[in-house]
Amino acid sequence: MTAVSTPSRRAGSSGLRRGEAAAGWIFTLPVLIILGVFLLIPVLMALWVSFSDWNGRGSPFAGDVGFVGGENYAAITTGGGLAERDFGIALRNNAWYVLLVVPLQTALSLFLAVLVNRAVLRGRGFFRTAFYFPSVTSTVAITVLWLFLFSTSGAINQVLSWIGINGPNWFNEPSGVVHNLLGVFGVTSGPEALTQGTFLGVSWWDWLAGPSVAMSAFVLMAVFTTSGTFMLLFIAALQNLSGDVDEAAMVDGANGWQRFWRVTLPQLKPTLFTVLTLGLIGCWQVFDQIYTGTQGGPGKTTLTPAYLSYNSAFISQEWGQGAAIAFVLFVIIVVFTILQRFLLRDRPVSRRRARQYEVRPAARKGTAR
Amino acid sequence: MTRHTTRVWLGAGTLLVTGSLALTACGSGFDDSGGGSEESADGALTVLIGSSGEAETTAVEEAVAAWSEDSGVDAQVQVANDLPQQLSQGFAAGSPPDLFYLAPEALAGYAENGSIQAYGDELANKDDFYPSLVENFTLDGEFYCAPKDFSTLALIINTDLWAEAGLTDADIPTDWDSLATAAQRLTGDGQVGLAFGAEYQRLGAFMAQAGGGLLVDGQAAANSPENVEALSYVQTHLNDGSFAFAADIGAGWGGEAFGTGAAAMVIEGNWITGTLANDYPDVNYTVAELPQGPAGKGTLQFTNCWGMAADSADQESALALVEYLTGTDQQLTFSEAFGPMPSIESAAGTWTDENPELAAFLAGAEYAQFPPTIAGAADVISDFNAQLESLATGDPQTILDSVQSNLEAIVE
Repeated sequence: MTAVSTPSRRAGSSGLRRGEAAAGWIFTLPVLIILGVFLLIPVLMALWVSFSDWNGRGSPFAGDVGFVGGENYAAITTGGGLAERDFGIALRNNAWYVLLVVPLQTALSLFLAVLVNRAVLRGRGFFRTAFYFPSVTSTVAITVLWLFLFSTSGAINQVLSWIGINGPNWFNEPSGVVHNLLGVFGVTSGPEALTQGTFLGVSWWDWLAGPSVAMSAFVLMAVFTTSGTFMLLFIAALQNLSGDVDEAAMVDGANGWQRFWRVTLPQLKPTLFTVLTLGLIGCWQVFDQIYTGTQGGPGKTTLTPAYLSYNSAFISQEWGQGAAIAFVLFVIIVVFTILQRFLLRDRPVSRRRARQYEVRPAARKGTAR
Repeated sequence: MTRHTTRVWLGAGTLLVTGSLALTACGSGFDDSGGGSEESADGALTVLIGSSGEAETTAVEEAVAAWSEDSGVDAQVQVANDLPQQLSQGFAAGSPPDLFYLAPEALAGYAENGSIQAYGDELANKDDFYPSLVENFTLDGEFYCAPKDFSTLALIINTDLWAEAGLTDADIPTDWDSLATAAQRLTGDGQVGLAFGAEYQRLGAFMAQAGGGLLVDGQAAANSPENVEALSYVQTHLNDGSFAFAADIGAGWGGEAFGTGAAAMVIEGNWITGTLANDYPDVNYTVAELPQGPAGKGTLQFTNCWGMAADSADQESALALVEYLTGTDQQLTFSEAFGPMPSIESAAGTWTDENPELAAFLAGAEYAQFPPTIAGAADVISDFNAQLESLATGDPQTILDSVQSNLEAIVE
């Protein structure tokens, strides 16, 4: 598609007169200025702060603020102190959060979208609203609700007690889920190779701890609140799909399951990319829940880079480190997005796959696949 | 292709021009640190407080209004939702409030970057403050700001549960052994003997009683044998079930555990009395000094001071307001309104007469330690707290060793 449209656009632009280009710039100028003042310049200022020893008083561009090179970045990545370990712990927590939330919310939202998109379903409008409802509620309100639901004597533990499970003290339980699972099989301490080596001040064994029980509650919350939004995106995409293709597949004898995986899902790829990207960005920036809910506790297991950045700057007065954390986070998000773009790119059909579609008249005659 | 380049250059140019315009605008805004102060040059002082609730807000507002009337200087009280953040913003923008609540752990950071004014020595009532509180706000030999009030930790005992367990006044714990015995007898039937928060701000009292502390004579001493002994003592009784962390028995903090009857004794500060009066009026309690440890008595004190901004335009009036707010009468009024103890010795007599049942809190002022206030200490303590949460299964020596290495990194 791009191959076709590019030359035609160039042909169009060469016909544009000089005056129109200037008019175009004037029309876009307000947005450029707004973006510049409220986005680009603050970002550049923060970038400067991350390379400076600004201490939070007066202007970061004042004469007495010095350039310290990569010192702030070094403190959080190789400093060997508390700053490095906190950053390591925050990355560990958030990585597990992303690893669980992104696939779960994508799968759930797609599932819900397919359900409420079915023409036979009665009260579709009701279900769409119901599923979307958590998304329009403020994170703070939902966090408070969650703190009640998951308290020691809260509703979740009551329900668990009906089936004989003694629920954990959710938001006060710092133990990692993976570690707990291993504990069931009698593994309570890691092998030497994992406990000795460290990365960012956190041992490999602790990197593999999994999200803490407290973080798991936040994972559930994120899935609960964001699935509705992404469901809307998927519904929009599903309604755009032409019924012909589906019918053609039906004529070919594909059952519902095959039609979903082989026909519908591939057509949803652009939406899937959007949902995954938005999910990934949102998950790496998780802040509100932590700020209102746990402030990083228990045992720092819900500390996230975004919250740590806030904390280093505003509470500990380490503005340079706070800004540096923010930029490392930015790089992480960009890298993940590019990686995902690469993984979900449109690939030419492989030769092996293409062979399956070749029509071999002699052998296939009369047999339906 | 050329057209394309032109467009790119045009675009970049626009951005640059916009950028530099905005930058100069920002720059002048920032450099002009007098901006905020000029505003208050008409004499209006701003006072930013982090209030515990309606009672405190009203009391401070009334006091400041009364002072305004006397002195003829306008002063406004603002209540912060998030005090550290709003303070930081004020300092960065060059328009901080003139006076504000300042926590000791934030003192070093603000002192280092010159945000706050060291005015302690200019106070007329400087010698009236408790020496330990003055020390709490002294940095490199300079007394920075006037302690506004303070609290200490004590042992709060539920008298009904105490009597039910067959204990008498003679059993009120005086040392670690009698504390353990009492806690043991009060434990059972969904109730623990003694509860406290899983944080240095409570367990530090045991460390003090054992003769330890995080900083001793300005040196990091976190992994001293005394501290190990203190944590081991707590660990032993966490494991035998007579002590518990508040969070582990489903309470947000000690006061809640005590009010709901989940704990028969708690280690808390003066602030608990307000909660018990408002939320759990039916709970009968008595306050005792914390029991002695191997090295004698020990507790922790908590305080805030009236910070003054270095950029404040009218420091003379601000100083006068602080003297008024920390005066004997005014502190007694505050104490009655929202609970904390006066930070000055001249109010002690009246206070004890008015609150005989709370005398144990004030007695703690004699021997109280306070959490380290050097720059970066807050992070070390929060890391320590994170590890204390799993003290029951952890190794005190390992935990304290890691605290020691973190502390050594910030002690110079």
